[in-house]
Amino acid sequence: MGIGSSLLSTGFAGQNLLQFSTDENVSFGVNGFWQYRFLGQEVWLTTTQITTLIVMLALTVFALIANRVIRKADPEKAPGPFLNAIEYMVDAIDNLTKTNMGEKHGGKFANYIGTIFCFILLSNIAGLFGLRPPTADYGVTLGLALITFVLIHYNGFKYQKMGHITNLFKPVLLTPINIIGELATPLSMSLRLFGNVLSGTVMMGLIYGLLNRFALIAWPAVLHGYFDVFSGAIQTYVFCMLTMVFISNTFEEE
Amino acid sequence: MTDRGLILACSAIGAGLAMIAGIGPGVGQGIAAGHGAAAVGRNPGAKGTIMSTMLLGQAVAETTGLYGFAVAIILLFANPLIGRL
Repeated sequence: MGIGSSLLSTGFAGQNLLQFSTDENVSFGVNGFWQYRFLGQEVWLTTTQITTLIVMLALTVFALIANRVIRKADPEKAPGPFLNAIEYMVDAIDNLTKTNMGEKHGGKFANYIGTIFCFILLSNIAGLFGLRPPTADYGVTLGLALITFVLIHYNGFKYQKMGHITNLFKPVLLTPINIIGELATPLSMSLRLFGNVLSGTVMMGLIYGLLNRFALIAWPAVLHGYFDVFSGAIQTYVFCMLTMVFISNTFEEE
Repeated sequence: MTDRGLILACSAIGAGLAMIAGIGPGVGQGIAAGHGAAAVGRNPGAKGTIMSTMLLGQAVAETTGLYGFAVAIILLFANPLIGRL
């Protein structure tokens, strides 16, 4: 069993890879909390799954509250601040998809883009709340990138029929490069998100673990602002942008 | 020096060398940001489009650096070489 399989199947949470560091102070790895057996394998309930559940819970609560507010909204009156914020968000996502994917197809993908935008954004800024970001686990980002990969090829077959396959052989000499390029898309997308979030997590883990408690008053907030909020928001935007660009590439040459 | 110690030491050096990959994306992102600033100076009205294009290009340029980072992290925390002893 090589490193690849342990990276893919359990994030960094292999048998002896559960804890990144043996030093008790420095911790930024995936921790296993609870071991159980599933289909004859020993599986761990890890930090990633717990923080993912917390993120999903937060999103669900937000959705329920937003739903209630929208239902009770009175069309005669001006909307309140919360309703205004929701409308602004929906408008922003609609605009983003329509400018990047065109008026015709953009609306259909607004739901998906909005969903992954909320999920990745909240996952990335989970570090602010003392959680380990779920996107700092390769399993999560690879899953997200594979969804995009499937969407790209589903839409490719939908809009270009067999042309989607013959496009691979367009300059015949470049066929291997085309195939590798197609397969590299999910890999590079997932590694980009994973690497950015993990680098922030590692830096914060080192700073919190290695410095004296009194050397940590107030100023790590600046680093949180950069690594969690700024970098997280940029990477969320980039992931959504790349998803839209790759999917809308399949619309054109019909 | 034990075999294990040798592998750990060389892995640490290798992780440091792998992070040299950070030079490329740094230069590339700087060039992209510079051209972005020039573009905004020439056409301030298109600031939003220039901004998003620049960020997208920078994120793509960052990928190679992140490959180096992934190699460094694997060498440090999930070392595959120790299993070969």
